Amino acid sequence: MHPATSVIIFTALSGLGFGMMVFLGLGMLDVSGWVAFVFVAISFALAGGGLLSSLFHLGHPERFLMAFSQWRSSWLSREGILSMAAMGLFGIYALLWIFMDNRIPVLGYVAAFLSVLTIFSTSMIYAQMKSVPRWHTPMTAVLYLLYGFAGGALLTTQVALAGWLMLALAIAQIVTWVQGDGAFAKAGSDMGTATGLGFLGKVRLLEKPHTGSNYLMSEMIHVIGRKHILKLRIIALTLGSLIPAVLLLALDAGHMVALIVILIHLVGLFTQRWLFFAEAEHVVGLYYGQR
Amino acid sequence: MTTLPKSTEKKLGLVIDLDTCVGCHACVISCKEWNTSNYGAPLSDMDAYGADPSGTFLNRVHTFEVQKENKPAQVIHFPKSCLHCEDAPCVTVCPTGASYKRVEDGIVLVNEDACIGCGLCAWACPYGAREMDAAEGVMKKCTLCVDRIYNENIPEEDRVPSCVRTCPAGARHFGDFADPESNVSILTAERSGFDLMPEQGTKPVNKYLPPRPKADIEETNILAPLLARQPEETGGFLGWLDRTLEKL
Amino acid sequence: MAKHKQPQLDTSPKVSDEIRHTTCYMCACRCGINVHLRDGKVAYIEGNKDHPVNKGVLCAKGSAGIMQHYAPSRLNAPMKRVGERGEGKFEEISWDEAFEIATGWLKPIREKAPEKLAFFTGRDQSQSFTSWWAQAFGTPNYAAHGGFCSVNMAAGGIYTIGGAFWEFGAPDWEHTKLFMIFGVAEDHDSNPIKIGLGKLKARGAKVIGVNPIRSGYNAIADEWVGITPGTDGLFILSMIHELLKSGNVDLDYLIRYTNMPFLVNQDKDSDEHGLFIRDKDGKELVWDRVKNQPAAWDAKGVKPEMKGTYEVNGIPCTPAFMLLANKYMTDEYTPDAVAERCGIPAKRIKAIAAELAQVAFGEQIVLDRPWTDFRGEKHEQMIGRPVSFHAMRGISAHSNGFQTARALHVLQILLGSVEVPGGFRFKPSYPKPVSAHPKPHHDFAPGKPLNGPHLGYPRGPEDLAIDENGKAKRIDKAFTWENPLSAHGLMHMVISNAHAGDPYKIDTLFMYMANMSWNSSMNTTGVMEMLTDKDENGDYVIPHIIYSDAYSSEMVAFSDLIFPDTTYLERHDCISLLDRPICEPDAIADSIRWPIVEPDRDVRGFQTVLIQLGAKLGLPRFVNEDGSDKFEDYADYIVNHERRPGIGPLAGFRGKDGKGKGRGEPNPNQIQAYIDNGGFWIDHIPENASYFKPWNMDYQNYAVERGLYDSVQPFVFDVYQETLQKFRLAAEGKGDIQPPDHLREQVRASMDPLPIWWEPFEQTLIDKEEYPYHALTQRPMAMYHSWGSQNAWLRQIHGHNPMYIPTAIWEANNFEDGDWAKVSSVHGSITVPVALMNALNPNTIWTWNAIGKRKGAWALQDDAPEATKGFLLNHLIHELLPSKGDGMRWNNSDPVTGQAAWFDLRVKIEKTETPPNLQSQPDVAPQESPVGRGPENVEYGKEWT
Repeated sequence: MHPATSVIIFTALSGLGFGMMVFLGLGMLDVSGWVAFVFVAISFALAGGGLLSSLFHLGHPERFLMAFSQWRSSWLSREGILSMAAMGLFGIYALLWIFMDNRIPVLGYVAAFLSVLTIFSTSMIYAQMKSVPRWHTPMTAVLYLLYGFAGGALLTTQVALAGWLMLALAIAQIVTWVQGDGAFAKAGSDMGTATGLGFLGKVRLLEKPHTGSNYLMSEMIHVIGRKHILKLRIIALTLGSLIPAVLLLALDAGHMVALIVILIHLVGLFTQRWLFFAEAEHVVGLYYGQR
Repeated sequence: MTTLPKSTEKKLGLVIDLDTCVGCHACVISCKEWNTSNYGAPLSDMDAYGADPSGTFLNRVHTFEVQKENKPAQVIHFPKSCLHCEDAPCVTVCPTGASYKRVEDGIVLVNEDACIGCGLCAWACPYGAREMDAAEGVMKKCTLCVDRIYNENIPEEDRVPSCVRTCPAGARHFGDFADPESNVSILTAERSGFDLMPEQGTKPVNKYLPPRPKADIEETNILAPLLARQPEETGGFLGWLDRTLEKL
Repeated sequence: MAKHKQPQLDTSPKVSDEIRHTTCYMCACRCGINVHLRDGKVAYIEGNKDHPVNKGVLCAKGSAGIMQHYAPSRLNAPMKRVGERGEGKFEEISWDEAFEIATGWLKPIREKAPEKLAFFTGRDQSQSFTSWWAQAFGTPNYAAHGGFCSVNMAAGGIYTIGGAFWEFGAPDWEHTKLFMIFGVAEDHDSNPIKIGLGKLKARGAKVIGVNPIRSGYNAIADEWVGITPGTDGLFILSMIHELLKSGNVDLDYLIRYTNMPFLVNQDKDSDEHGLFIRDKDGKELVWDRVKNQPAAWDAKGVKPEMKGTYEVNGIPCTPAFMLLANKYMTDEYTPDAVAERCGIPAKRIKAIAAELAQVAFGEQIVLDRPWTDFRGEKHEQMIGRPVSFHAMRGISAHSNGFQTARALHVLQILLGSVEVPGGFRFKPSYPKPVSAHPKPHHDFAPGKPLNGPHLGYPRGPEDLAIDENGKAKRIDKAFTWENPLSAHGLMHMVISNAHAGDPYKIDTLFMYMANMSWNSSMNTTGVMEMLTDKDENGDYVIPHIIYSDAYSSEMVAFSDLIFPDTTYLERHDCISLLDRPICEPDAIADSIRWPIVEPDRDVRGFQTVLIQLGAKLGLPRFVNEDGSDKFEDYADYIVNHERRPGIGPLAGFRGKDGKGKGRGEPNPNQIQAYIDNGGFWIDHIPENASYFKPWNMDYQNYAVERGLYDSVQPFVFDVYQETLQKFRLAAEGKGDIQPPDHLREQVRASMDPLPIWWEPFEQTLIDKEEYPYHALTQRPMAMYHSWGSQNAWLRQIHGHNPMYIPTAIWEANNFEDGDWAKVSSVHGSITVPVALMNALNPNTIWTWNAIGKRKGAWALQDDAPEATKGFLLNHLIHELLPSKGDGMRWNNSDPVTGQAAWFDLRVKIEKTETPPNLQSQPDVAPQESPVGRGPENVEYGKEWT
């Protein structure tokens, strides 16, 4: 899949933002006033900024309100509604917290729960795609949630928790890659089933339908070299979770360390998200001789 | 609403005969010219006269080579457009309800006024049947010429999709798969029509007819015994000539 | 579960304001189209269901007509060159000035030396008119593009059965059970062939495809024969060998309908050796085996013998069939002897011959339709042999193509499958034997019209276009000893000969719709040099070039004066029975084009321009006695011109009352009658006249009634071709007109009265080990004949072309996807992208035809893929053969007809570095675009959505 910047930013930042809301909503981070405001503002900036970024992916962003209508069937619609609900509720919770110094636990728990659901529904936008076997696994949800939780914990200064979550994330990430590498083959689609001509022999593409390019090719077919993938995976794994885990668990984390860990994690996270899209092969590639 | 109807009254769709398609692209262009000025937004062509022309097409013809070990390769032309699946994943992912499957005939459509151009439906489709128009920012797909097949401004015999009407070899057939007596149902049954990527669980309505078995040299021999020489004892060729002339 | 809701939809929207019926012009198919207009613009083009050619279907090119009609590459106004030739620098001028320039060049030519005008038209479909204009002008130098296209197929057919494939005839799609197609990727009759194949497939009839490349029609063939290029004739003659040896030929058919029983002079010393024995009335004789004496071939009750030797008036003779049998039954033609050269296992050749025999004789079909033959014999039934064939350029564009085409017709005849149910059927006005065609005319004189039609079918050496010294009278050297039966001329030699001043220099080259500086020429780079070459005075060697085209093609840049043509939707045309008809085997038909939209530019239909130019030149056919213009425009000509009394360009709605069919005086309302009838006219042939046309008196009388002939023309097929033997006799030193010594052997060897095969010339003159592979082009169906690079839709399908390489060569060179290679012939080399294809003859590489474009042409951007990655194979092919060291210029053409031998090319291939800019070589310098460049994006039809 084409690793579109807007979508990478969307999933990465909104995951962090809602991850923060989870921990803030659960009543962690014992601060108040301006300090609370700063944390709340960061969580809103991340969640809102991510969502805003996703609008750039749309052909008609001005119609975005329509996207809230199909919660019965569409994970994207659910994600939209849940994110608004989560942010709305968390907003009320935060207002009371910042200005009234009153953290109402029930409100916070519900907001946290909605934030978890939001991250989950974001993940399900991808995990539901049977046409992209690498994504079509519960691990996608696990991964998105863990990235959200680990990043959220880190950003809400839950050092030890963040450390353990980072460790869990590293394990989940490795499992996902191992599983994902075999997913396409396991899904059972190949050029033979795509064309239905497998019974006649080995199928290969002789001519693309057009010598010119098209939307499908630029959107769904993204070829990256194996060596390149390995390099990026190492970066994503080490920076995204392993090094942060080690730093968080082993070092006495002060503000500077936390800031460095956050930066390291962000680099890893964006690398992971780029790979998440770039590595994912859509079965439509079979019609173009890809794979 | 983007949930799928439980069932549709008709199941309109296409049968594409891979034994007959010569790969002429007539359907591709006929589709383009009808749909660029009919249902919904035009089908744009970006960089139309430049280095990387890229347009929206709702139907494209791929060309594959298929080969069994130690046998000559076959070439198969493979037109592909929306299969109007019964379990269309493109419909259920749509966040706005723009994508829907018509309850009366099963045609999968995009209500472009409600399309936000998120592209999720194109991702969900395993077949590459949907293309986002780069100029208009809305999702385009085969409508099965819904604005032709019921159109009272068109002569009745022409109320078929543009691609079907134009196909020179007659490799495309349009009809109702819900009717077991329809042309498409009969063709599918007689010629073992198949689904594309059945493992995706989309239950495509459109069917493909496989190429008939191709003869190779060994099979040819079985079918047609080689010609025997006129035997020398009856005078060979000249003897045959005489006997045949006698009979005339 | 939520309830399903869906929006309201108008399923009956308005389609168009008006539908106008006209004729497509993207190729020689000439389908009927319904053009839907909306707000005066073209909204949708579909096939016309009532039309005899396409019956409602339409190909990609036809449907892309919108993009063709509105292409940004359309020329806007007459232009004169202001830069150097080839640069593309022009200034728009008025029509008055354009005519002034043209008459300034042409008037003095006509007065002093009309041969100094060479007027050649490309894929124009008004040859009966353009040739009529050229006759009036008086130049002998006129032809259309047939010489570089498929004259072998046309002439091979006319000289054998009085017709050929494509617009001359078609398989009996309704009845045939086995269809064999040779060397056709995409060609004339493209939609009818697809419709026909669809019918066969629907019935489960068998298709055998013979083509080195398994694309298109061959892809759906039930059996594919990946023959080695240039060996089709050998393959066919080997099947004939099998059929003869096993006694599987239709003897009754041969006796009734062919010249096989005719007695042939066997006296080697006679000046008439190899010619037929005739009685004093000139009738060919046969040997009556009942009466045991000679008799006129068509005498009542005659029972011709088919073997033996006889003496008639002291001359030893034998039936022609014996010569045929003796020739092909030799071991030279056994499948084992030819298998390796053809690249087809002997077993397979035998198997296909057996299958042909099995279907032809084992599965004969009978139609209960009574008919009467020309001998007066009544037949209750029509008996058919349901095998049929089609072939085109693939077998035609070789230096042995004429005899190969003849071999294929002879195969059809031996199987008794021509003009019978299930076999090959003629489309009127064919069959038309050689005797019904004109001879070539070439007598020119200052200020005088030519003495008759330029092109024709020579009957013997006396019809050659040579002067008393043996020098060619035509610039293309058509109808000379180099290629005596060049019935379509040799357009591919015109520029080369004009540049060389051989046989003489010309003053003005005048061409229409022929991209001769690019894809329509062999040796493209060389041709561009010839067009721009200057003499010692700094003048162009070819002094003036006038060109007419609708689009900014490559040839425009090399011309001095441009007449901008209209698009096909803005013009009048007639698809005439006098020209290349669109009839079907069951019907006579013709059609028109008419301006369904008015030009928005200062352009004129080329035929109208010729009429106006003819009047300004005072040509006899174009001015009245009082000096006034005879025709206002082409439409006026179409309606009012009479070629013979009562016979005009259009056959339908003739006479004052509009009821005349075929014959009748001009009808002033004729064009409107065509428009009202859907743009065409059709007249169905009566059922009892529908088969056996050359011999069926019901058909013959019908044809005379409709004006196809002025008298009945029954004839028998020339399996044994006497005309060829006449040339051969001359080569052997007999008769008054003889070839020059250096051509004697070529004429003797090639003009065999029975089909033969020889190795394609180029490969006999090169080192086959150095150039081990054959290189071909195929026409892409979506672009065939329209070279649609100006077409925004079609160019997305074929925007560039790789060289396809078969597996063994691919592996031997360690090619990988995305690689490039240098492909070289003895003449030149190109550097191009390669791609793997398995379904390919193992010694053949190929690419799509005419995709490569020159930068600046067709209003494309300079970095358009057509001009970067895209390429032409033409650079490797030369119009002359490799030197034989005798100082002569030998054409790379068929020695019988002069057909350009495009497909004789031999090459070698080597892997090269992938060019960093992905630019193929040669990279011709850009031309300026006189029409600007196309817009960036197109959203056609937006105003209606």
